Amino acid sequence: MKTYLVSTVAAAALALGLSAASAQVTPNPDAKNGGSIIITYKDDVATLDPAIGYDWQNWSMIKSLFDGLMDYKPGTTELVPDLAESYEISEDGQTFTFKLRQGVKFHNGREMTAEDVKYSIDRVVNPETQSPGQGFFASIKGYDEAAEGKADGVSGITVVDPLTIKFELTRPDATFLHVMAINFSHVVPKEEVEKYGADFGKNPVGTGAFKLGEWTLGQRVVFQKNEDYWNKGLPHLDTITFEIGQEPIVALLRLQKGEIDIPGDGIPPAKFQEVMNDPEQKARVVEGGQLHTGYVTMNVNIPPFDNVKVRQAVNMAINKERIVQLINNRAVPANQPLPPSMPGYATDYKGYAYDADKAKALLAEAGFADGFETDLYVMNTDPNPRIAQGIQQDLAAIGIKANIQALAQANVIAAGGEKEGAPMIWSGGMAWIADFPDPSNFYGPILGCGGAVPGGWNWSWYCNEELDRKAAEADSIVDPAKAEERNKAWSDIYVKIMEDAPWAPVFNEQRFTLKSARMGGGDNLYVDPVHIPVNYDHVYVNDVQ
Amino acid sequence: MISYLSRRIIQSALILIGISLITFALLYLLPADPVRQIAGRSATPATVESIRRQLGLDQPFLVQYGRYLWNLLHGDLGRSYIQRSEVSQLIAARLPATLLLMLGAIVFELLIGLTMGLVAAVRRGTRTDQSLMVVSFIGVSAPQFVVGLLLLYVFAVRLSWFPIGGYGTFSHLVLPSLTVAVMSSGWYARMMRSSMIDVLRQDYIRTARAKGLARATVLIRHALPNAILPIIAMIGIDIGILMGGIVVVESVFGWPGIGQLVWQAIQRVDIPIIMGVTLVSAFAIVLGNLLADIIAPLIDPRIKLR
Amino acid sequence: MTNVITPDAQPVATRPRKGALGKLVRRPLALIGMIIIVIVVAGAALAPYLTNFRPDEQIFDGLTLSGEPLPPNATFWLGTDLLGRDLLTRILYGARTSLFIGIIANGIALIIGTLIGVVAGYYRGWIGSVLMRFTDLMMAFPALLLAICLAAVFQPSLWIVALVIALVNWVQTARVMYTQTSSLAEREFIDAERTIGASGARILFLHILPHLVPTIIVWGTLGISTTVLLEATLSYLGIGVQPPTPSWGNIIFENQTYFQAAPWLVFFPGVAILALALAFNLVGDALRDILDPTQRGRA
Repeated sequence: MKTYLVSTVAAAALALGLSAASAQVTPNPDAKNGGSIIITYKDDVATLDPAIGYDWQNWSMIKSLFDGLMDYKPGTTELVPDLAESYEISEDGQTFTFKLRQGVKFHNGREMTAEDVKYSIDRVVNPETQSPGQGFFASIKGYDEAAEGKADGVSGITVVDPLTIKFELTRPDATFLHVMAINFSHVVPKEEVEKYGADFGKNPVGTGAFKLGEWTLGQRVVFQKNEDYWNKGLPHLDTITFEIGQEPIVALLRLQKGEIDIPGDGIPPAKFQEVMNDPEQKARVVEGGQLHTGYVTMNVNIPPFDNVKVRQAVNMAINKERIVQLINNRAVPANQPLPPSMPGYATDYKGYAYDADKAKALLAEAGFADGFETDLYVMNTDPNPRIAQGIQQDLAAIGIKANIQALAQANVIAAGGEKEGAPMIWSGGMAWIADFPDPSNFYGPILGCGGAVPGGWNWSWYCNEELDRKAAEADSIVDPAKAEERNKAWSDIYVKIMEDAPWAPVFNEQRFTLKSARMGGGDNLYVDPVHIPVNYDHVYVNDVQ
Repeated sequence: MISYLSRRIIQSALILIGISLITFALLYLLPADPVRQIAGRSATPATVESIRRQLGLDQPFLVQYGRYLWNLLHGDLGRSYIQRSEVSQLIAARLPATLLLMLGAIVFELLIGLTMGLVAAVRRGTRTDQSLMVVSFIGVSAPQFVVGLLLLYVFAVRLSWFPIGGYGTFSHLVLPSLTVAVMSSGWYARMMRSSMIDVLRQDYIRTARAKGLARATVLIRHALPNAILPIIAMIGIDIGILMGGIVVVESVFGWPGIGQLVWQAIQRVDIPIIMGVTLVSAFAIVLGNLLADIIAPLIDPRIKLR
Repeated sequence: MTNVITPDAQPVATRPRKGALGKLVRRPLALIGMIIIVIVVAGAALAPYLTNFRPDEQIFDGLTLSGEPLPPNATFWLGTDLLGRDLLTRILYGARTSLFIGIIANGIALIIGTLIGVVAGYYRGWIGSVLMRFTDLMMAFPALLLAICLAAVFQPSLWIVALVIALVNWVQTARVMYTQTSSLAEREFIDAERTIGASGARILFLHILPHLVPTIIVWGTLGISTTVLLEATLSYLGIGVQPPTPSWGNIIFENQTYFQAAPWLVFFPGVAILALALAFNLVGDALRDILDPTQRGRA
């Protein structure tokens, strides 16, 4: 039986298409070690439990405290083994076997084994954990029984020996390696989880490059260097202090005074021009793409959005350039669901160009020459109500009177999850940032039939069974060598979706990270697509001896 | 006194239970689903239902409320849906910041309000009196978020006298507590003025003046203490007004108190935190009223306990 | 519950004296208040004639190329907001929202408060004590939190916001009406009515309510100021009046991220809220002095 045997060398080589590459993520030899930095956030850090945390600011904090079997090369979307040393995929794409790295220790000093990997994933699937990540593991054999609490652990996960673990799947799953890299599959030590129970999230113990030093609720979280980190030479910093509850505007002023190193919430809108007009500050801004798309959903169950012409008309009516201007040009106009930095983005697809006259004509063809009245739901935090009003004005120009319903995030999500709840929703502030850099992540929950259920996230309730089939086909292409073929298949799916136009994609947000002058490391570390806002493990400061 | 106290304490407890019932009912009626917030955007319907069952959110309203009340009576405020920590811990971690803010506000409003009232009473009928009363009205009519933003703009952004936000030192405390204090200072000024005018009419003040004591001495040694007494009981009642403002002021200044905690919880339907903060605030208000009612007759024998 | 501050002094047995208005205009502060109110009402009513823009009109030249609002200039007298709309226009139309909420919400609150207070004060017994215990309970509610929860339960519209504010704001009125009614009910002339067999409703409407009119007028005026502030606060938190309907509170909400670079976006609507609330307070206070001299200087 032929298997794809992938050693760390080969994995990197395959993914990169290069003949030689580093065996694992290696520290930058020019980096300086030592020193500490301060990062600020406005919102609370809710939890640092990898099974629970799903906010954008604790997402990468968790990545520095814990490790998974897989990770990404810093600053890229390229998969590399992390706690795994190598892995093997069976030819049918249904069995993944990982060989673990030797001598990896938890922060409490105990050595990590394959048992811990199994325990960690069993824990996420166990309904009592109430993990938001449970569903990511649905392709593993025995998931259903475990997820319903009928079985003790997922039967498809086997510990072969202390350093080998095997996953049997019910179907070929090309995204499985990504799943092994998301936080929910990060490895936790059983004894500590049992010791702290539900408070593990406030007392995290992992294998990561940093360990938790101090946590003053609502004020600060301090990370300390893990001296015993398996990847020698990492991390470069001795401590990272996260200061919580700081308004972005305060954070920026403190940065300008040299008191902090990175404002975690970015540059506040009102100060953006000022920063960009100052060459000294502009030089410290790093711009990068983000795996994000902001879109307007149109509920295909609610007339007149059941008419494809109406949906297309809306696509043409929205002046995306102006909407982007409303947020200080900190985004690029979008024409399809996938963001440009996502593999599978259709570069030659042009989408619906802004053309109010054509939109009006289409509306007339659909039988709405006089327009109609509808509701546009939006989350009630700035800038979303403003963006919605921008869209509202564009729609008014072709005769659509959209009344804005600005509600708390949870209420908008609730309305979107009802079959005939919300005719239109502006997704900003809620959806969608990819969980992992794979084109499939923009389909299943938000455009596939699986998400078009009560309480789901497919707010347009668009369900095309043929595309669902094509998506399943694409995801069964597991061979890393056929990645291009798979990306093409996904491209086609999204272009097809745009013909039916259940969404009007509006823009893809750009990231602008501002750093203090002392921060070192490549620019891509500061707009890392996975570690947001920066890759804590790899950045360093220049002013240490 | 004892029987009065115990009756009032029982009343207060009933009030708190009533507030818990109303808040719980309102949160039960929310169109947003807390379970979906916990389960996140990638959850399957099965996951959602399982979480709903485990949290008991599939139960009828009365069962859910009964359970909450039972735990509450045992001192258990439950666990946050999103943070998964004990609500009591989360509140305890942030309460000191809120209490500090309120303390600062009380000091400021007494300083400003009493001074204004005193000066107005002494200069009664003059232009000073009139302008001070106009100022007190402006204070009463100013929305807190506008006061906060303007103070920030003038004293932090333009003049850089104070930090723009944050927590930790005395200079961080000044602008937020001043913002909270503005509204009540107006009330205190007006009360102090009328209280002082009453006192100045009393015979003993006239006697003291007649004995040839210096005007300032009479004012400060004799009139002031008596005029302030009835106002002290007001501080208890003031807690309610102060509590009302914390959500707004803490969010303007990024103050890490329970106002920010509850505001974040409201955004994410974290019901146990909303319940907890509402009850803690209501408790503070009830306690303040109780203290005011106990102190008042001690200060002014004309007021009798009902 | 509290026996210190409730303005429970003697009820006034006199009807509103003739010439109250005349007395009002002779007080400089009240006159200032009335002038402000007239200006705001005129601004709201004549808004379409005072400006060339529509309140929801996002003017193409109203923003710089990088999406920043314009400072006050010859075209946009008070500058533009973050969507390129004329701020003056929005403030003028926003006055309609504030006045609407001020009158409707406060009207409902006044009706609820008066009903509960009068019924509780007249009937005493178990009805009275149930109603007053409920009022005590509402007094102890953190008002803004209650309003936020109520606003979250219903989908906000202008009427819902008014209703939410009314549900939070009736309590003070109820307490005042209660104390006044209960001391009125002990008066001899009410007793006399009772002995000749007048029905409860008849006594309430014909003999008690008229005596409460001065108090209702005073509290009605002062209450408008409270409602205007509460509406502004709810809109400032993003849970009040829905965009693009302008309200002074949501103008600040939408623009506050820019307040350092563009302070006028907070300053002008802020001053408008302050001025209107102040005006009703000044007039209300003067009315209290004129109609209800026993309550002078009370909170």
